[in-house]
Formats: sequence, structure tokens, C-alpha cells
Amino acid sequence: MNETKPRVAIVVFPGSNDDRDAALALEGLGAEPVLHWHGDSELPDVGAVVLPGGFSYGDYLRAGAIARFSPAMRAVADFAAEGGYVLGICNGFQVLCEAGLLPGALRPNESLSFICKDVALRVERADVPFLAGCEVGQRLTIPIKHGEGCFFADEALLTQLDEAGQIVLRYEGENPNGSIADIAGVVNADGNVMGLMPHPEHAVDPLVGSTDGALILQALVDRARERLFAAA
Amino acid sequence: MKATVLVRPKPGILDPQGKAVEDSLRHLGFSVDGARVGRLLDLEVEASDPEQARAEVERMCAELLANPLIESYEIELAEEQ
Repeated sequence: MNETKPRVAIVVFPGSNDDRDAALALEGLGAEPVLHWHGDSELPDVGAVVLPGGFSYGDYLRAGAIARFSPAMRAVADFAAEGGYVLGICNGFQVLCEAGLLPGALRPNESLSFICKDVALRVERADVPFLAGCEVGQRLTIPIKHGEGCFFADEALLTQLDEAGQIVLRYEGENPNGSIADIAGVVNADGNVMGLMPHPEHAVDPLVGSTDGALILQALVDRARERLFAAA
Repeated sequence: MKATVLVRPKPGILDPQGKAVEDSLRHLGFSVDGARVGRLLDLEVEASDPEQARAEVERMCAELLANPLIESYEIELAEEQ
């Protein structure tokens, strides 16, 4: 393994379609991306895992509901339990919620429309691993493209998330999908698992309008590097 | 044994599909005061008796068929009727 390039696994489910974009973005930020087939129950030695966007298993039943039973997800759950960094983007966020690795659920957008556009986000926490490159209150421009991104938590859960500081990203200005409390991204209690509906991997090149996504993915690559090489 | 599972969005949960159906029905001139859209699953369960079948379908609901945070479910067994 290259000492300077931390390996990051990107789990590929049948129906994933942002896996290659994620790989390209991570490679550009200094990682060695490894596409990991969902049927493979053994994760390679990686510093972080990305669950990419797409429509795993056709989003049948509920988005993410079937993908969570794939052999790779058992390995991802074990990896997360050991403190490994896991980032779920869009469909990956839905999978993490269905798997119980993140709180809440994602419902069809309030408008029932599939929405594809840049949105403004507000950083709520900068002391979680994936947002270490941001500042609290910072405004990020990152695109969304989803039909089921309406985050839901009941009142008790919402209070709990708020008090524990697990709400890390909110939509600023316009709430595109009706998500409760404008939530765009959350972390687990330990902060090593994060899910967000916007696509940081689509905002890493000035050519497409914003490089704000690189702030999140660079933090992921840095954390992966620390995890893999700190002990060496 | 045939089992039917009805999955519904919990009360209070935003149901945009139901809202769209309600609006369309009104548009057609029907007097409706609310519509919610859920899911119906017809299952063929291998079980020796209704209790076992029900217990099995309960587990299916808990593990996959419904998300307890946002959905409620009802189980109907054909043999019981």
C-alpha cells in the first residue's frame, strides 16, 4: 500500500451510480479508492468507507431497505463499530438509516418531484471528523439530486439529535425536500458515521460551479490517512 | 398459508402521495377529507399453524417490511377468516 495514499472503499450495490464519481473525487484528493462489490463480505484494509449515491436494488420497498442486508453492509457495520469512518451520500445515507447506523428515516420529497440542483447548506458542527475542514456557520454550495431526501425524526428523536449535536448540516434559505428542521446531514453518536443528501463528490471541480464538496471529502481522506498510518 | 400485510404511513407523517391523491380526487369532484397511501403485501408463508405464521410475519415486518419510525402495519391471515 502506498504510504501517502490512504485506501478508501466505495461500496458498489446493484443500482449504485455515483460510485465512479466518488472514486474520481477521492483520487483527486489523494486517496486510493477501491470499488467494493456489495456481495463481498470482507472489507479490504481501508481507512474509510463511502456508500455512494444511486438506486440500490431499484429502491424497492423503501430506499436503502434491501441494500442494508448485503454482505458488504455487515462488514461496514463491524467497521463502524470499531470506530471506522463511514460516509453515506444520498442513497448511502438512506442505506445507513435503514441499517440503523444512523438515526431517522428518509421519505419521499414533499413536492413528490425528483430535484436536481445546487443547494445552500449551513455547517452546524465543525468538530466532527468529516467537517473538520469547515467552520460553524459556513455556507456550502453542493448539489442535490434525489426523490426521497425528506429527513424524518419524531419529536423525541429530533430533540435527542439536537441535544447531542448530531445534526451537522442544514439547508439554508430554501428547504428543497421538506426535511424536518431543514436537516441535510446527521452523524451517529460517536461522530464516525455521517450521512448527507447533497453530493460532495459532484462539487470538487470549479468547472461544475463549486468545490465545496472537496472540504468534506478531503476531511474524509485525511481521517482515513490518520487511521491507517498513525500507528506506523 | 396466505398472509396479507398492510403497511401505512404513521399518523402525523407527511404523506405527499396521499396529498396528491386527495387533491386529484377533489379535482374530479369527489368530496374527500384526507387520503393516505400505504402498501399491501400478499405473502405465501410456510407455517404449520396460524400462530406460527403470524409470528413469522411479525418478524418479517420488524426486520424488513415496515420501518417502525415512519410506518405501522397490520397482518391478516387468510385461514383465520
